Amino acid sequence: MTKHLSVQEHHLEETRVKTIFGFWSYLMTDCILFGTLFATYIVLHTNTFGGPGAKELFSLPFALTETLILLTSSFTCTLSKLAAYRNDKNKVILWFAVTFLLGVAFIAMELNEFSHLVHDGNSWRRSGFLTGFFTLVGTHGLHISTGLLWMIILIIPVFRHGLTPVSLKRLTCLRMFWHFLDIVWIFIFTIVYLMGAL
Amino acid sequence: MTLIRQEEKGTVKFYLLGFILCIALTLAAYFLVAKELLSGMTVILAILGLGVIQLAVQLIFFMHLGSEYADGRPKHHWNMLVFFFMIMVLVIIVFGSLWIMYNLNYREMPPMDMSEQMEK
Repeated sequence: MTKHLSVQEHHLEETRVKTIFGFWSYLMTDCILFGTLFATYIVLHTNTFGGPGAKELFSLPFALTETLILLTSSFTCTLSKLAAYRNDKNKVILWFAVTFLLGVAFIAMELNEFSHLVHDGNSWRRSGFLTGFFTLVGTHGLHISTGLLWMIILIIPVFRHGLTPVSLKRLTCLRMFWHFLDIVWIFIFTIVYLMGAL
Repeated sequence: MTLIRQEEKGTVKFYLLGFILCIALTLAAYFLVAKELLSGMTVILAILGLGVIQLAVQLIFFMHLGSEYADGRPKHHWNMLVFFFMIMVLVIIVFGSLWIMYNLNYREMPPMDMSEQMEK
């Protein structure tokens, strides 16, 4: 009986390692997608076509707040991992709920920024620079929204059936996705906002 | 439950240290720009450097790159291998594109810019 269990556990562990490696490979290809968008933005960022540039449009304290919110959400996301080791279902749900709310706050700030830009006539149709900006930052925002949706989808089964090896594996992938988005944002903050303000 | 125990790495302290480092690096980059402490090329290199350091911090503290599944068994290096391959492709795409586009821009300078250059 014990032998049978260990074989099963071995199988589960092997599946887990393979899944995480597969998901990691997906994240690496997603990095290349963002890399091409960064290259596009850097090439186009001087082409303002007589319109406003990064310096006039973006507010540094606003971008810093967004960055700190996303960093904190990345941290609370990690805390859910420690709760998962202790098999503490409620703590896992709590930390994911905090991460979710911070993610919503982030996406709300970003949409607010976008709507102000569009309202002032500085939409993606205004210049090459703004096309690059909306594509890069919008793609990141779309990833964040997907992550938020994914969080809801994964947390409902945890809420109903508790932590299982399968749900733990899925939550690990979600955490990797969330940290990855934080890393991409660090570069958006540096290249778009900080370098734009110079 | 052995499954879960095997996964265990890091403590609250470990993650808190990573988090504080990230905040510090972000604020350092922000104040370098906001307070105009450096100028020209130096500040660009400084904030890009801080960004890359933060990338390393996040990979080590939050994603455990380099320490995956190291619990008593031979390490798997595949994650690391894919990561460095990605970096290579990324560098070729980004720097290759920038090089080509700036070179084109330089060679196909529109007439208006040329007259501006001559006036100088």
